[in-house]
Amino acid sequence: MFLNQFLLLAAALFCIGVYGVIARKNGVMVLMSIELILNAVNINLVAFSTMWFHAEGANPLAGQVFALFVIAVAAAEVGVGLAIVLAIFRNYKTVDLDQVDLMKG
Amino acid sequence: MLTHVWIIPLIPALSFVAILAVGKRLPKKGAEIGIASVAICLVLALTTGIGWINRVNHPPESAHAEATTEAIETHEADATAEADHTPADAETEATTGEGDHAATSADEHAEGEEEHHVTPVERTVTWFQTGDTTIKAGTLIDGLSALMLVVVTFISLLVHVFSTDYVGGDRRETHYFAFLSLFTAAMLFYVISSNTLQMVVGWELVGLCSFALIGHWWEEKPNSDAALKAFLTNRVGDIGLLIGVTILYFAAGRTFDVLSLNTAANLPQGSPGSISHGLLLAGSLCLITAVMSKSGQFVLHTWLPDAMAGPTPVSALIHAATMVVAGIYLVARNYGVFFNGLSIGTANVNALAVVGCVTLLFGAALAFVQTDIKKVLAYSTVSQLGYMVAALGVGAWTAAIFHLFTHAVFKACLFLGSGSLAHHIHSFDMKKDMGGMRKRMPITHATFVIATLALMGFPLITAGFWSKDEILAGAHMLGGDGGYKFAVVMGLLGAVCTCAYMTRAYYYVFMGEPRGKSAEHELHENGPRITVPLMILAFGSIVVGWANLPEKVFGIGVPDSLSLRFEHFIEPTGLYFPSADNNFSHPEFVPWIALVSALAIVIGVGSAYLWYWKGKGPHGITERSKVARGGYQVLENKYYLDWLYTDVITGFVKGPFAKATNWFNQNVLDGVVNSVGEGARKAGGFVYHRIDQGVVDNVVKGSGLAAEGSGSVLRKSQNGKVQWYAAYLFLGATILAAIFVVVAS
Repeated sequence: MFLNQFLLLAAALFCIGVYGVIARKNGVMVLMSIELILNAVNINLVAFSTMWFHAEGANPLAGQVFALFVIAVAAAEVGVGLAIVLAIFRNYKTVDLDQVDLMKG
Repeated sequence: MLTHVWIIPLIPALSFVAILAVGKRLPKKGAEIGIASVAICLVLALTTGIGWINRVNHPPESAHAEATTEAIETHEADATAEADHTPADAETEATTGEGDHAATSADEHAEGEEEHHVTPVERTVTWFQTGDTTIKAGTLIDGLSALMLVVVTFISLLVHVFSTDYVGGDRRETHYFAFLSLFTAAMLFYVISSNTLQMVVGWELVGLCSFALIGHWWEEKPNSDAALKAFLTNRVGDIGLLIGVTILYFAAGRTFDVLSLNTAANLPQGSPGSISHGLLLAGSLCLITAVMSKSGQFVLHTWLPDAMAGPTPVSALIHAATMVVAGIYLVARNYGVFFNGLSIGTANVNALAVVGCVTLLFGAALAFVQTDIKKVLAYSTVSQLGYMVAALGVGAWTAAIFHLFTHAVFKACLFLGSGSLAHHIHSFDMKKDMGGMRKRMPITHATFVIATLALMGFPLITAGFWSKDEILAGAHMLGGDGGYKFAVVMGLLGAVCTCAYMTRAYYYVFMGEPRGKSAEHELHENGPRITVPLMILAFGSIVVGWANLPEKVFGIGVPDSLSLRFEHFIEPTGLYFPSADNNFSHPEFVPWIALVSALAIVIGVGSAYLWYWKGKGPHGITERSKVARGGYQVLENKYYLDWLYTDVITGFVKGPFAKATNWFNQNVLDGVVNSVGEGARKAGGFVYHRIDQGVVDNVVKGSGLAAEGSGSVLRKSQNGKVQWYAAYLFLGATILAAIFVVVAS
């Protein structure tokens, strides 16, 4: 059990997430990719917290608590995101993000 | 009561929620909740005031002893919420270095008044913590905030009562009263703030409520425009406020606390904990921008007259008595910063005094060409605010606050009076729709005359005389060698103008035969809900002047129990306020200034009388003389400031966007040579235009070109595709991460 195993996993997840956010056309898929990114971060937080909790002056639970916060915020974010996707679908009859460029300069 | 003042703003805030929730279902549409809450607030504010007076009369034996006892009490009260804080955290009693200060100024006070050191009551709780920085919130009560509490609640109550008649039956009556409550809450919150960050919050809340109330009848475009204008103009000043507060936060060693901030500012230069003069100057100049926007000082005053689009009671409350004095209060509260930053005590001229004097003259001049009675009063307010700022600028702190107090009373009376006049005819146009109101509305007429006399500063009996005279005396006596001479001259000229334009307004409104709408309507005096507040305010316009009688009037001594009461109770003592060490002193009654200002009234009223009643003087000069016509037009167009703001600046920033893109594309596509040639030609034309069209055009064109260039480049990145934005974001994050790795390793 080494820290770098977790970090590599998290990095891989993060990259997949970033790829998804940039490359997928489907709005729902983009939201799911954002979830991947957030979970990659969570893995990092928990991993650091678990491995280094005995370090000088460290709060043993800080990482876990932070991860819980991230999960809660992510839930809220998905709620808002899906609502936006729904609203887009009603107006455009599509969830293809390339079609939604009303804000172009 | 002094430690529990946080209740006072809470009551109207709750009333705001209650009115929105249940107001529509009540018989008076929520007005009863508003009136009840403000009445309670007035009682509490008066209790606070009496508590403060007691504290001044019987100062606590030792600041230290009191601090500990109060700390324990408060700790118990806050134990549940603030369980992990020490008593010192939950409660700080301002400590002033009594020994140090008393020793140096003892000989100056030895001759008469005994030294009184009254510590302000500060109570703070931790607002939030980030890292090592703790941001606190709390209440600070001294004479100044106690006075403001009373003024705000008193005027607010009368305005509430007046409004029940004035906006009775309005479609959005409930919202109106809700926002009146919220406004009162915001203003009360602002005046008891113990740190500058809290003041920013109150300041913004006040601005928001003013936006909502000015635009109360938003169905008509001018009204919603006026609301937007007030809001946006205030935002300009808010930037100055934020920058100033930030500068002072870092300058004073990371504290927002008003007491420690000003204590640090008052320390002699170079001593430990003091703030360098440069930082104080920068901070106070930024804050002056904020004062200019909120308190309608010249250049940023344009929103105030337009704000008359709101209902008249709102104008009385917000644009005469409370919100516009927020800027004055900002300076008065942080007077240590301003006094030392601008070297008020030793200079003969400074930014604050100049801004005030220019405003008081220019505002008064503009009042001459208005045909709308409310606009006359609005410009008069601008002018009177100029007096207050000038008073603060010359170092006459007490005079400024005293004038704030008296002005709040008589200007509220004038505004409510104009509302009473226009209640039935629904028009504020003096020339077209008024006239001959004297006999038909006797109570309004009488109160209006009393308040007008107070505004003019009618000698010896009215409130305005004592406060305005103290300002002029301050300008004469304070400051470095020779005092602020220009402020005396401009103040006296302003007094002449004030008398003349108020006489003009009186002539149009009350004299002659009814014209226009007032002739069509069967006019009669309004009901008691309108006249009683008027009578109370008119009574106040006379008696509040006695609050700060000078020690000697024309050589006749005033008994100690009557003279300088205001200075005794309101003016802060202690290290957070400038003292004799900082060259702070008080003016005395100057007989010749009183005589000259009386003469100014005679000149002002007399010339207006000759002009309007007798028809003497060069009537029609604007048709005959080019100079006079030009001057009239400049005034009529309000110095072209509105034109400058909306057409020139805004127009050129938002206008040529499409044209810009076209221009840029053609130049890029046509190749480098072409664009160089085109650029040279444009530059040639640009120079030609500068020579031809003058400086303003030049600046404007320059900013236009800059907007063109940057706009068309940046436009390409704004393709509206959210995934591109995400890609930019990740790219930026990657670059930052790379930099971090390189720097860290």
